[in-house]
Amino acid sequence: MRTTRRTAILLAGATAAALALGACSSEDPLATDTGDGDGGSGDPGTIVVGSQAYYSNEIVAEIYAQALEADGFTVERNFNIGQRDAYMPALESGEVQLFPEYTGNLLQFYDPETEATSPDDVYAALQDALPDGLAVLDQSTASDQDSYNVTKDFADENGVASLADLAGLDVDLSVGGPAELEQRPYGPQGLKDLYGVDVSFVATGDTTVQDLVAGTVNIANVFSADPRIQTEELVTLDDPEGMFLASNVVPLVNADVADDLADVINPVSAALTPEGLVALNVESTVDQRSSADIAADWLADNDLG
Amino acid sequence: MNVFADAIAWIFSPDRASGALPLSEAIWTHLAFTVVSVAVAALIAIPAGWLIGHTGRGRELAVALSGAARAVPSFGLVLLLVLVLGVTHKVGASTTAFVLLAIPPILAGAYSGVEAVDRRVIDGARGVGMTEAQILRTVEAPLGLPLLIGGLRSATLQVVATVTLAGYVGNWGLGFYIVQGIQIRDFSQILGAALLIVVLALVLDALFALLQRVALPRGVSAGRAPENEPVRRRRRGPTAPAPS
Repeated sequence: MRTTRRTAILLAGATAAALALGACSSEDPLATDTGDGDGGSGDPGTIVVGSQAYYSNEIVAEIYAQALEADGFTVERNFNIGQRDAYMPALESGEVQLFPEYTGNLLQFYDPETEATSPDDVYAALQDALPDGLAVLDQSTASDQDSYNVTKDFADENGVASLADLAGLDVDLSVGGPAELEQRPYGPQGLKDLYGVDVSFVATGDTTVQDLVAGTVNIANVFSADPRIQTEELVTLDDPEGMFLASNVVPLVNADVADDLADVINPVSAALTPEGLVALNVESTVDQRSSADIAADWLADNDLG
Repeated sequence: MNVFADAIAWIFSPDRASGALPLSEAIWTHLAFTVVSVAVAALIAIPAGWLIGHTGRGRELAVALSGAARAVPSFGLVLLLVLVLGVTHKVGASTTAFVLLAIPPILAGAYSGVEAVDRRVIDGARGVGMTEAQILRTVEAPLGLPLLIGGLRSATLQVVATVTLAGYVGNWGLGFYIVQGIQIRDFSQILGAALLIVVLALVLDALFALLQRVALPRGVSAGRAPENEPVRRRRRGPTAPAPS
């Protein structure tokens, strides 16, 4: 059953990405129109909220949308716009005005060479790196960032709890993750430079967790808010050297409407905790509830609706 | 420097010899996936196609099935099969998807090759006492060979391009660099890998073009005039003069 669901998500994601890619080329002229109409008057009018083709991101987007609606804004939802390359042009042009983002990954998009890793440094660097016309509101404590995980069996057998413990292990280590992990600063090279750990790299794409559980790799790059860290009993290895870029949930907004939205969205970010984000993801992947229902309940529970 | 120069520089950079997937290994695995997939598809589709062409039975079904199979999106199929068969069988899952992609053109080449053989030639073979198996082996199969190789050629082209998708599920093929390059926004890497796939496709296509010439049955090429007239007319000319 879960396999079917994952398949559905993968297929839906792939389709959505294809559609989004197909659509973005033709949407530029329209973007200029809406940008002119809204920007000039000072009245935010309709707020277009976007989201990635990633279920957790869509839940946060839905929370933003419902919070805005509760405050009297007219909201248009433009969810599932694929990945950063697909939606950043729409944000820069003002076609989409509010988007849940992740500080570290967004910073890396604009400044691939960045050396900031702690949440506050990353947030400060991000504010400098953003192009004119885009701004971020307050960041949330909830994060969804890269992390290295091992199975509980592996952790117990080898007594590892931290990346530093991997050095000197008499085991062939292989890291699984998306293909681009090989080139990231926190990829195999980062493990070697910061922790003195030699690993081979295996591109495991969308099946990284399955590969870890099946044993084709023994270390897996999983997002920290992924419910499967709990459901598959994975152990997230500590990162004492701060190798991973902190990536907290942050609302990315069009600068023209930033002030209008801040009063509504900042309390939402303040209420969203790391555990809270995992709980939201569990409701989606395990309980299979719609993002609209999950968002409505969450806002009611936090007295934000 | 323009993008093409960057892409060429990427291909010949000494860094390509190291990393999770050295370039030589990428090309090798790309070719291996292609050759194995087309070979397995041929083992299934050629006998089936010959049978359909020889008996004339099941043609409607084969046309419908292979037509429908062309519409199956390969990317979805690769991911689906990996999830269904499990992550320990990624090579098998990807190969299965490519085999399914390669079957329709080979099947079409096999049965249309046999079907295109002049009925009078077959009647003649039957008249001199050949068994059905002998007709298929010594008459229909050789005469249908150019069309069959055409089918193999188009299957190979489709598969060599589609093996790119294997890069989504593991360290295989030139697609790995494209999948990685899109995420790290390294456009010279994307273009470099894409150019190599084009080169592979052209080389394989040239091999098949050569094979198609060589495979022309002697009887057919003997009847050919120096100027390149269509094979059908030539073949008919000497055996059956047009009724006046």
